[in-house]
Amino acid sequence: MKQYVMGNGAIALGALAAGVGLAAGYPGTPSSEIIENIARNAGEGVHVEWSVNEKAAMEVAAAAAYSGVRAIVTMKQMGLNVAADPMMCLAYVGVKGGLVVVSADDPGPISSQTEQDSRRFADFARVPVFDPSSPEEAYQMVQDAFEMSERYGTPVILRPTTRVNHGYAAIETPESFHPKAAEGFIRDPRKWVIFPRASYLNHGRIESRNTELAGVLSGYRYNTVEGPGNAETGGKAIVASGISYAYAKECLGAKPPVRLIRIATAFPFPEEFMVKALEGVQEVLVTEELSPYIEEQIWKTAGRHGLSLKIHGKLDGTMPHNGEYSTELISAAVNAFTGLQTGSSPISTDDAPALPVRPPVLCAGCPHRASFYAVKRAMQGQKAVFCGDIGCYTLGNAQPLDMVDTCLCMGAGITMAQGFAHTDPDIKAFAFVGDSTFFASGMTGVVNALYNEADMVLCILDNATTAMTGHQPHPGTGRNMAGHIVDKVDIGAVLRGMGVKTVETINPLELDKATEAVRRAAQEKGVKAIIFRSPCVALSKPTGKHAVDAKKCIGCRKCIREIGCPALLYEQGKARIDRNLCAGCGLCAQICPAGAIGGEKSE
Amino acid sequence: MNKDIMICGVGGQGTVLASKIIASAAMAEGNPVHSAETIGMAQRGGSVTSHVRIGQDAFSPLIPYGHADLILSFEPAEAVRNLKYLHPEGMVIVNTTAMKPVNESLKPSGYEGETMTAYLKEKCCCLPVNAEEVSAPFGSTKFFNIIMLGIAAGSGRLGIGAETIAREMEKRIPERFLEANRKAFETGYRIGQESQSI
Ligand code: SF4
Ligand code: SF4
Repeated sequence: MKQYVMGNGAIALGALAAGVGLAAGYPGTPSSEIIENIARNAGEGVHVEWSVNEKAAMEVAAAAAYSGVRAIVTMKQMGLNVAADPMMCLAYVGVKGGLVVVSADDPGPISSQTEQDSRRFADFARVPVFDPSSPEEAYQMVQDAFEMSERYGTPVILRPTTRVNHGYAAIETPESFHPKAAEGFIRDPRKWVIFPRASYLNHGRIESRNTELAGVLSGYRYNTVEGPGNAETGGKAIVASGISYAYAKECLGAKPPVRLIRIATAFPFPEEFMVKALEGVQEVLVTEELSPYIEEQIWKTAGRHGLSLKIHGKLDGTMPHNGEYSTELISAAVNAFTGLQTGSSPISTDDAPALPVRPPVLCAGCPHRASFYAVKRAMQGQKAVFCGDIGCYTLGNAQPLDMVDTCLCMGAGITMAQGFAHTDPDIKAFAFVGDSTFFASGMTGVVNALYNEADMVLCILDNATTAMTGHQPHPGTGRNMAGHIVDKVDIGAVLRGMGVKTVETINPLELDKATEAVRRAAQEKGVKAIIFRSPCVALSKPTGKHAVDAKKCIGCRKCIREIGCPALLYEQGKARIDRNLCAGCGLCAQICPAGAIGGEKSE
Repeated sequence: MNKDIMICGVGGQGTVLASKIIASAAMAEGNPVHSAETIGMAQRGGSVTSHVRIGQDAFSPLIPYGHADLILSFEPAEAVRNLKYLHPEGMVIVNTTAMKPVNESLKPSGYEGETMTAYLKEKCCCLPVNAEEVSAPFGSTKFFNIIMLGIAAGSGRLGIGAETIAREMEKRIPERFLEANRKAFETGYRIGQESQSI
């Protein structure tokens, strides 16, 4: 069966074709659609879940793999930090059923906090990593990764990058998928219980296995050499990996005029292959996004084998360390390196008129806007710090709200607010956290606050979904990835159970009540929580449009200056609401001093 | 056949449906196809692009600069933003109606669509289309994406048969909207054909 799918769909189908029996992950761009595609295509007997975070996903999957079931865990690169604890240990313990960890890297970064490189993580954990350069390859490689994982009893990382995850291609798959049969968990404490003695022994085994694997991978079908033979290299070769290989091919064509070496398995590094590929070569250009991992391996290889080799890449400043690569960037580097004339001459647009900037903003009618505004109004003139977190609500930093002072990593707002409160007793410390982030990594922070007597206001922005990554369900929504209706985990009850004495649930769209609740909470000592509950506007039906009564509008621009709803326009001295955009949240009507804004009828 | 087609605009304008139909129609005619879409936050009010790459020789998921045979732009500034992708012999079909940035009322940018369209006309082979005018018979601009698709097909620059596109539309568009979409496609197709004479 032929399916036209995005890279994430290809990874999902590849995992199913490999007989995966359990899939777990936590949403994160660019990896989110893998779990969704597995859920959509899986046959009977496959367990698919959105776990509460990546660490939970990894551990759930580890147990499946201990039982001989093939399991896949999916996350973005930031998630691998969260799952690092089980990942590092699991590398020592090993697995029985194949376990593939998909960690999607995000060069740019386009939607991440860092440009970290999961290939380095694989090296750190001493587990193999596969690096596809297209959706088609990702489909094959995830199956190869399962084979290797099972044969060598180790977790294996598949490391796609954004352009592979989000690129579309046609994939030929079997008609139906069946999970590979498993014998179940067989008790063996010496194997499955991690102890210093066992780790000492396993460490040695892992290193000799990796040496063996480096040899095996030297023959891997996706580690390839193209272009002129040894006599005709002109002494030069280009090395590429992942999507950089696709860009290099784009420049050089189906039959590269210069030697092109592609490394699809960065770790264990296929040294034997590389030494052969470099025969007749004195100078290489290494093109890889993120960190100079392969470049460093080539340095080591050259050192160990006494090759006299000039190596250009990130380390000598030829290629940039940061940012995404492109066909254009690689073409320029290739041309400078080889003297070839690759690439085309596009129309020059240096003389183009200034282009409008289109920054991301909170949607029209987004309840987060009302929550931020309520806190802003309540704390006007007081010394306060607003700790943000990861999600759509990071956009609360934009003008005119300007309500995010810090943003670090998942859940950090809650704990950072405590640090600010402890170091400045006069400051009112606020933490904003979304519902999904609260479950993923906010709860321990609240316990920390209670235990260590922090003074803080915890604002939970509960929009009943994981909006930023594409509206995945979470424990508070009452739905799971298996499509079942389940008991909602009630955030208020969780907080009360932990010992938070003041927990108020309010509707942020009732501005005065919300502002009052914030004022009250800010005056109290200790840990106070306000749950701002209102569903994501992208998922809820509009409640009727609002309109400005031009006769009443005094043109003061307060609505525009203070809340920044994209549906609010200003024309000929009056405010106007764009009907196509307005979601009818009513926030603007509550702040207009002239009472000029109302529901539909007032037009 | 080797063809690179870019569809661009602002999130929410229906560019994705147009690109999906082009990609599947090209595939239905037996071509290898790759494509890439803007995904994530930019989908709401931000600049969006779809890259559709038809043929054996496409390796990168994104069209390289100077390669696009056709740019279908749903917004004038977005056409200028992506003009670097156009092959010097390629063609831009552009909606002349500007979409102001979402924060326009807060921080006026002085952006006007006319400047962009004038610039495009000077720089490349450009077919300007006024979305509101061509959508008038349909009562709203809801079908403008399909009109654009029709123009592209009519211009002869897509290299895909109109019947193939019609069949793919049937697969992707719900029955009750199909008739209106067919009309929209035909309206566009005629405009595209007329453009061949200029
Ligand atoms: S009611 Fe006002 S604030 Fe709410 S979406 Fe409409 S214009 Fe924006
Ligand atoms: S706040 Fe009210 S009076 Fe002031 S511009 Fe907006 S609609 Fe007009």
